Amino acid sequence: MRTKLWVVLVMSVVMLLVSATALAASQPLSGKLEIFSWWAGDEGPALEALIKHFEKMYPNVQVINATVTGGSGVNARAVLKTRMLGGDPPDTFQVHAGQELIGTWVVAKRMENLNSLYKEEGWTKVFPAGLVKLLSTSQGIWSVPVNIHRSNVLWYIPENLKQWGVKVPATWQEFLEIAPKLKAKGIVPLSMGETWTAEHLWENVAISVLGPAKWQQLWQGKISFRSPEMLEVWKLFGEILKYTNQDAPSLSWQQATDMVVKGKAAFNVMGDWAAGYMNTTLHLRPGTDFGWAPAPGTKGIFVMLSDSFGLPVGAPHRATTLAWLRMLGSREAQDIFNPLKGSISPRLDSDLSKYNVYGQSAAKDWRSSTIVGSLVHGVVANERFMNDFATVMEIFLNSRNPQAAANASQAVATQDGIIH
Amino acid sequence: MNSRSDRLAAILVILPSLLLLAVFVYGFIGQTLWVSLTDWGQGAGALALNPQIHWVGLENYKSLFTGFLDVRFRQDMVNMVFFTVLFVGASLLLGLLLAILIDQHLPGEGVFRTIFLYPMSLSLVVTGTIWRWMLQPQGGINALPTLFGLPASNFLWMSSRTQILQFNWQALPAYLCWAGVAVLAVAACVYLVKGRHKTAAFFAAPALLLLALVAWGPAGRAALLPYPETHGFNLALLGIVLAAVWQMSGYTMALYLAGLRTIPDELREAARVDGASPLQVYRYVELPLLAPITWSAVIILGHIALKIFDLVFAMAGPDNASTSVPAISMYLTTFRGNQFATGAAIAVVLLLMVAALIIPYLASLLRPGRAQ
Repeated sequence: MRTKLWVVLVMSVVMLLVSATALAASQPLSGKLEIFSWWAGDEGPALEALIKHFEKMYPNVQVINATVTGGSGVNARAVLKTRMLGGDPPDTFQVHAGQELIGTWVVAKRMENLNSLYKEEGWTKVFPAGLVKLLSTSQGIWSVPVNIHRSNVLWYIPENLKQWGVKVPATWQEFLEIAPKLKAKGIVPLSMGETWTAEHLWENVAISVLGPAKWQQLWQGKISFRSPEMLEVWKLFGEILKYTNQDAPSLSWQQATDMVVKGKAAFNVMGDWAAGYMNTTLHLRPGTDFGWAPAPGTKGIFVMLSDSFGLPVGAPHRATTLAWLRMLGSREAQDIFNPLKGSISPRLDSDLSKYNVYGQSAAKDWRSSTIVGSLVHGVVANERFMNDFATVMEIFLNSRNPQAAANASQAVATQDGIIH
Repeated sequence: MNSRSDRLAAILVILPSLLLLAVFVYGFIGQTLWVSLTDWGQGAGALALNPQIHWVGLENYKSLFTGFLDVRFRQDMVNMVFFTVLFVGASLLLGLLLAILIDQHLPGEGVFRTIFLYPMSLSLVVTGTIWRWMLQPQGGINALPTLFGLPASNFLWMSSRTQILQFNWQALPAYLCWAGVAVLAVAACVYLVKGRHKTAAFFAAPALLLLALVAWGPAGRAALLPYPETHGFNLALLGIVLAAVWQMSGYTMALYLAGLRTIPDELREAARVDGASPLQVYRYVELPLLAPITWSAVIILGHIALKIFDLVFAMAGPDNASTSVPAISMYLTTFRGNQFATGAAIAVVLLLMVAALIIPYLASLLRPGRAQ
């Protein structure tokens, strides 16, 4: 009897102490956190792993995972915009780093700048300077990148190329020499999908013609879209299109990749989410079953895009949001998220042993290449230009007229504030 | 006294729904109209808490129909017109045909009726997804001939860039005037034949005026654009039409079948007694009696066609301009391009087109004396 009482006493004291310390630790961080994104389906598990990590760090925060799927983010952005206009911002939302964030939300004064967070965490040192520049305006740094995808990758099946006696082209000129031979064999030299994948191909052609410096100047309004170089881009793009599949508009990017995998097409230019698709969904081994190279003419250049999260002005749970952002930028969280997502961490100190062969090669290039931003994926131009550029692309795909496309893109750039 | 309190009660009962309609339908129509007359989205801070919005009058509408960069909207309008005509026409024909077939009192009629009506119970998004698979260039419908040992078809259902029936957008005002002349002239002739000379003159006068305007006046030379711009019927739309007809022809069948069943058998028998062949019974007895059903079907299918969004979005995606319609442009300009005013202007154009279809119909229904 007496020993029992004693045990109970000790137990209750211990329990009290434990709960008191737990309370004290979580005092500043309880409440809710609403995370708005379009990551569901294939990309869902990566986000869920991040949330799990966050919940382990802050068990008293209730995370609301608000996803809106479909249309590669178009639908999510529509919902986000109506919520923001209605004065009901989520605590934090997924947004492509760069102008998709800056041109829409920062110029509208809807974001808080994250300078102090960057300073406290020392992120300006661990993220490459080229990346930080793309995330910033003169007023500050606006979002925390969670991942990096590479846009300028050429995909192929090494065995097929050997069989056809074809080498991986290092430049578009080399490609144009190889392509007629492939076409004669009944093989599509370059597979392509719906309109945005045409734009994706276009940006890689443009970067190969212009080079990184002029590509950046283009988006600063220092080079005319009607300049001889840009005409050259459209001409070359038109030449390349002759060697793409005719049914492109009705194919998704996965189906365009499938054409390469099935041996119907020789090459495909796509972002490195294609590696995730081939590796995870199609069970091909990177490096042996499928191969990759920088898109022709872009060796030493890393065309990047990145998903990031920011802090909207008026976020209902500012403190928990800051904790979320702080965690997102950490090496640990990034190395949980990216191997699952099939992307790499923007941090220069990420633990490469956690990534597959493709991820390691991309990370190596990330650390050594010149970094430029992608157009189609929201880095270099505002949303209005991106929307209008789809029309420019349609004008070109229908007319195949370089001058008309150059004129239209110049008009769009002027109207949409790229050229002042 | 009693009737007065009845009236009060009636008003009280209706009031909540009237108020809700006033705010959530007419209020928002008004707001959209107002936004379409501003420059919201032209500057940088379109999504600011208090965006800078200025009145610009009809500028957005002007640029939609004549602006260099709004070429997509114009092709979308053309697509929509062709889609509406083909979809409504094909649904009516197929629906009537199915209704007549089922009306033959076949055994198992109920089964066929259910099968034909069933597609309507699907959401357009589901229909779109299924048909997107079936219309894949490498399989589905295109592979069908191989079942019979024939070579596979290679028609690019939703990705064809072939355009037929091309016309120059510059000449649109002239074309519209000619169409107006034709419609008015036909109306005038009809009334002339009926012997209603006054009504005929009422139609003939504006027809002559328009004719003069277009043949010798400014309307014939007015160009919407400073340069020629061709638009036409995209063959890629055929796939969308196919799916839409599949979905809605069963519904049209149900409408026609109900109509056929309400025609009293005495009328048919009387015609047969008078020596009419089965074909003549349809031509002279049943079809004229089905005219009101046809009108209702045109209105119902027509407004679906004008507003179509989900089917095209699911089948062809947002950026396939060959199959795009104004509703998709409206969504993209507004929510992807942040150009709220332009998006609102497209919405108002759509509203006007649907209103032009529905208001005369409602007016004819509500006209006193037409109730029965």
